[in-house]
Amino acid sequence: MKSDRVFQSFPVTADTHTLDAYRARGGYGGLTKALTAMQPLEVEQQVAASGLQGRGGAGFGVGQKWSFVSKKSPVVYLCCNADEGEPGTFKDRWILEHSPHQLLEGMLLASYALRVRHAFVYIRGEFDLPLRRLQGALQEARAAGLVGERILGTDFSCDIVIHRGAGAYVCGEESSLLNSLEGKKGYPRNKPPFPAIKGLYQRPTVVNNVETLSAVPWIIVNGGPAYAAMGVKKNPGTRLFGLSGHVDRPGIYERPTGYPLKKLLFEDAGGVLGGKALKAVIPGGSSTPILTAAEAEHLTLDAEALSKAGSMLGSGAIIVIAEGTCMVRLLQVLTRFYSHESCGQCTPCREGTDWMNRILQRILAGQGTAADLVSLQEIPQAIMGKTICALGDAASMPVLSFIKKFGPEFQHYIEHGRSVHDGRLTV
Amino acid sequence: MSAVLTPVLRERFDAIRALYPEEMSNSLVLPLLHCTQEAQGFVTEDDTVMIAAYIGVPAMQVLEAMRWYTMFHGAPQGRHVVKVCRNIACALRGSESLIAHLQQRLGINVGQTTPDGRFTLQTVECLASCGTAPAMQVGDTYFEQLDAARVDEILKDLP
Repeated sequence: MKSDRVFQSFPVTADTHTLDAYRARGGYGGLTKALTAMQPLEVEQQVAASGLQGRGGAGFGVGQKWSFVSKKSPVVYLCCNADEGEPGTFKDRWILEHSPHQLLEGMLLASYALRVRHAFVYIRGEFDLPLRRLQGALQEARAAGLVGERILGTDFSCDIVIHRGAGAYVCGEESSLLNSLEGKKGYPRNKPPFPAIKGLYQRPTVVNNVETLSAVPWIIVNGGPAYAAMGVKKNPGTRLFGLSGHVDRPGIYERPTGYPLKKLLFEDAGGVLGGKALKAVIPGGSSTPILTAAEAEHLTLDAEALSKAGSMLGSGAIIVIAEGTCMVRLLQVLTRFYSHESCGQCTPCREGTDWMNRILQRILAGQGTAADLVSLQEIPQAIMGKTICALGDAASMPVLSFIKKFGPEFQHYIEHGRSVHDGRLTV
Repeated sequence: MSAVLTPVLRERFDAIRALYPEEMSNSLVLPLLHCTQEAQGFVTEDDTVMIAAYIGVPAMQVLEAMRWYTMFHGAPQGRHVVKVCRNIACALRGSESLIAHLQQRLGINVGQTTPDGRFTLQTVECLASCGTAPAMQVGDTYFEQLDAARVDEILKDLP
């Protein structure tokens, strides 16, 4: 089955998540092929040839990440990062709810390539249906001899454990996730050593996102080069773009990388809610710098184009903002979030996120001063690059970009004590 | 002081322990906290001592986890815990008026429990319901594409 869709190649019905339905659309064909006709190294080579990059946000080359793992280590762990929590992001949930076996097959293929005996899914604690669907799929897979001892009658054995988080955004950061999986609070670790060298319980560990691992079966069935031929050359493949906010038909849209944003928003997703004009988009999850409508005009959805535009493709979560939205209040929604989720380990992030949030609260209360705007541009400079993990940068980029792009709105709020718009966030 | 590990709970603990490789017993902290909270509705300091003794780790490690992760709570909550997302995608689709509506309807502020113990109202961060915003959870169950009328309907149907 060759299709240019890695995920949305079937109509979603009430039973698309089951083993029978997955098998009917070719599921576990990649695993059968790998276990009967491929060496572990060949699986790794196909994934490297696909050019697949991490779909969690950082976009690191998957083949490269896997290649860091020592082939001599007696124990290697695989952790699937299903702690989907970047505001605006809901794509992993789509996979878990509609095609959980695809993730399990991807994990088994990765485990075969990396000689993993025990693999883990770290799933966010709030998830309800995604958790039940994944648990159900795992039970089905175990009963069918696809997970556990001597899979498909071969020498390959692999167990998968589902591990629930407990409500911490920072645990989506891979080293924090590992600490959490070790039963500790989720403080990110200093790197190096990277998890591929010293990860879970100091063993070599690969941490990959749900969407990343779920793309592996397609790559093994169709070959790495076929995947590399989709989308743009430098970051190939398809992405599950999530559209949310002021958009007529929000949802998950699988499109090749390099797809035009305006086509996605106006032709595929029905345009801006209520026929309003577009004011701005946040292109890759709430942490990525905001872009004005003018900047978004000719934007294509690939890492290079986003980088040129001064932002990032991140998790592929596109948040649409209509004309008339108060950017001061919207930014405070984000500063409140980051100050709440800062884990408290690094002083610049712990204190800085709280300062930024309090300053914005003060501005919203009509008590802002001109100096506040200066502080809001200085504090991020004292955070960015000075923390153990990327949460500090993630908290800073929205503040800097909102003020840079919509500075007059902030000035107006400070001078007049009220929004230049009517202060609403809804259309 | 340590809480008593009841036979029922011990059985559940054993089942969870069996899922993990033996050398990974420290990983049991979160699953056993979840398990205890599901059984009794909350986890106390005494429970963390009991869990620590079961796993064989310092009690401090379990207590620290219990206090650090937002999903664990040390005291009983309302029969129905209503958790409304306040993050960006939901805010753009009306979560603020939803929260105001819930406060008015339940007669409590965010963070409080109704005097009859029926409802606790909370705000939470992104639930990954951005494509179906605004969203809330009641207990574990997601409710999406909400408006005030739909919220009223949902609350009315709850025991």
